[in-house]
Amino acid sequence: MTDVLVVAELLEGKVRKNTLSAITAAKTLAGDGAIDILAIGEGAAGAASELTGFGARKVITAEIAGGYTSEDYAPTVAAVAKNGGYGAVIAAASALGQDLLPRVAVRLGAGFAPDVSKIEIEGGKAVFTRPMYAGNVIGKLTVNTPVAVVTVRQTEFEPAEASGGASPVEAANVESSDLAARVSSKGIEVVASERPDLSEAEVVVAGGRSLKSKENFESLLEPLADALGAGIGASRAACDAGYISAEAQIGQTGKVVAPKLYFAIGISGAIQHLAGMKGSKTIVAINKDKEAPIAQVADYFLAADLFDVVPELTEAVKKVKAAG
Amino acid sequence: MKILVPIKRVADPDNANKVKLNGDATEVTSEGLEWKLNPFDEWSLEAALRLTEDGKSKARKGEVVLVTIGPKDAVAQIRQGLAMGAERGILIEGDDKALDANVVAHALKAVVEKEQPDLVILGKQTADGDSNLVGTYLAELLGWPVANFATSIRTSDDGKNLTVVREFDTGAATIEVQGPAVLTTSDRILQPQSIKNGITPDDFAYPESEGGRYASLKGIMQAKKKPVEETTLDALGVSAEPQVSYVQFALPPARSGSTTFVESVDELIQKLRDEAKAL
Ligand SMILES: Cc1cc2nc3c(=O)[nH]c(=O)nc-3n(C[C@H](O)[C@H](O)[C@H](O)COP(=O)(O)OP(=O)(O)OC[C@H]3O[C@@H](n4cnc5c(N)ncnc54)[C@H](O)[C@@H]3O)c2cc1C
Ligand SMILES: Nc1ncnc2c1ncn2[C@@H]1O[C@H](COP(=O)(O)O)[C@@H](O)[C@H]1O
Repeated sequence: MTDVLVVAELLEGKVRKNTLSAITAAKTLAGDGAIDILAIGEGAAGAASELTGFGARKVITAEIAGGYTSEDYAPTVAAVAKNGGYGAVIAAASALGQDLLPRVAVRLGAGFAPDVSKIEIEGGKAVFTRPMYAGNVIGKLTVNTPVAVVTVRQTEFEPAEASGGASPVEAANVESSDLAARVSSKGIEVVASERPDLSEAEVVVAGGRSLKSKENFESLLEPLADALGAGIGASRAACDAGYISAEAQIGQTGKVVAPKLYFAIGISGAIQHLAGMKGSKTIVAINKDKEAPIAQVADYFLAADLFDVVPELTEAVKKVKAAG
Repeated sequence: MKILVPIKRVADPDNANKVKLNGDATEVTSEGLEWKLNPFDEWSLEAALRLTEDGKSKARKGEVVLVTIGPKDAVAQIRQGLAMGAERGILIEGDDKALDANVVAHALKAVVEKEQPDLVILGKQTADGDSNLVGTYLAELLGWPVANFATSIRTSDDGKNLTVVREFDTGAATIEVQGPAVLTTSDRILQPQSIKNGITPDDFAYPESEGGRYASLKGIMQAKKKPVEETTLDALGVSAEPQVSYVQFALPPARSGSTTFVESVDELIQKLRDEAKAL
């Protein structure tokens, strides 16, 4: 239908997995058109080799030293998009995607479909579906400008599988930016974790305010997550209270997850929390209060004191796993 | 320091599951739901107030100007913000259905050019559209830096230089910014020590709170007398058109199946293994 440019997301010189979801979305949008992938930032040239196996017409690199800022990256992304004559520019709807692409859209005079969950082509025109109102309304929109800028929800698009082949790699001109001089990046404190990334985990164990302290949060939830091979998430209240860092927040303002199995432990299930997890396949709630709104989405509800049952649950899961 | 805070009203976000659609599902209707200030904007406003006061003595040390683009009734949210402590308001009349990030950002640009603020602080998103676009659009249109998802802001005494910690989904990123600049706030911007303006004593901590400050009775009385300028997109010379059209809405399907209340860990394990095949 049209040629599509995918903007890959790099973290410490490695391609983040959400890029593979953006590639899948780009293929739907492109139809019989081509997709190209842009790797931009520090280590872009090295990361290109991670991107050549997905059937892109080419992989474009733009090596920019120093930490990420939209001021620094946007002019180059927009120039690559313009020179390539793409009908769409697409990235994951991560914090970085949501930070960088709006600048690119303005530069391209392009309409923006943010946080898209589905792409359909109807009569030669792309129709984008997206959750709104914290997931309580599903909107469909069309973009009225010649170029569309799109960010996509990682959980709604399967990661692209490498299809073999080797896309040629070429380097783009890096555009200078006067604005970049007014912003200097002092670096990002990447939260390293041995656990599966929340957005990719098959099981998520999430805890709320009721865990009462960082120590409880860790001593109760980590063994359970270890036993399940799960990622650990949290409600906003738990993040605000410092039981776990902000990256663990699930919901309207945090991450969106859709694992096979989700445990909401001492989480009331506010609308804003449900927005980030109600796409999970099986939802388990552990809560003292049977009336808690989490019951609206829970498949299984254990009405109990979490301090009593979580250690018991951890032991029981270990047994099941040991038995295979 | 002068700060512009763009605000929008939204249908009560804590009851977002009660919004409905019109007959042919081309519009979202929120009849029966109260209009509230977008919570993200309430947080931005509180952040702006903290940046322009001595937190200890509560003396105002700068100016906060509110602006909304929306129907005339949206003056209620401006009055609410004035009652919290902002000094002035601007209401730009506009039909919500004819607005998108492009139109809103162009309107805000016109206001910035007139008002010449040192900072514009927006919510990172509205709780209805959840778009997360306007702040960055505005910055790009103005040729200004933007610090999105701010969770802590420290300004120099004159407010021209900022150190901002931003919340990314990979970790906290710190940037130094030379104003004037656009900021959008994350939901942790109102932590007790998140905002430092060089006026409030450095060791001062605001009380823990989930939202902005409550308006005092005195504040509510004063708000009635504070100036609110009413204008239009035309009068501001804004000719931008929406770049996207919402063609259809749907309510999400309810989750299939019902809730099974289990009595014990053993029963939960058994159901997860045998029924849900999730273990
Ligand atoms: C604009 C906006 C955006 C927001 N975005 C998000 C978001 O992205 N993510 C998010 O999570 N929240 C978000 N929130 C906050 C949300 O509204 C709730 O305040 C928050 O999710 C509540 O967290 P909680 O469930 O941990 O705490 P609470 O609501 O306090 O619930 C605690 C629960 O634990 C139960 N409990 C207490 N003790 C025990 C025990 N011993 N054993 C078992 N159960 C127990 C209680 O019955 C209760 O149900 C947002 C709010 C706003 C206004
Ligand atoms: N109609 C409007 N009037 C004033 N400010 C707005 C309007 N719409 C959005 N904003 C501002 O832009 C921010 C982000 O909104 P959005 O990009 O629509 O999610 C909001 O938090 C507001 O600060």
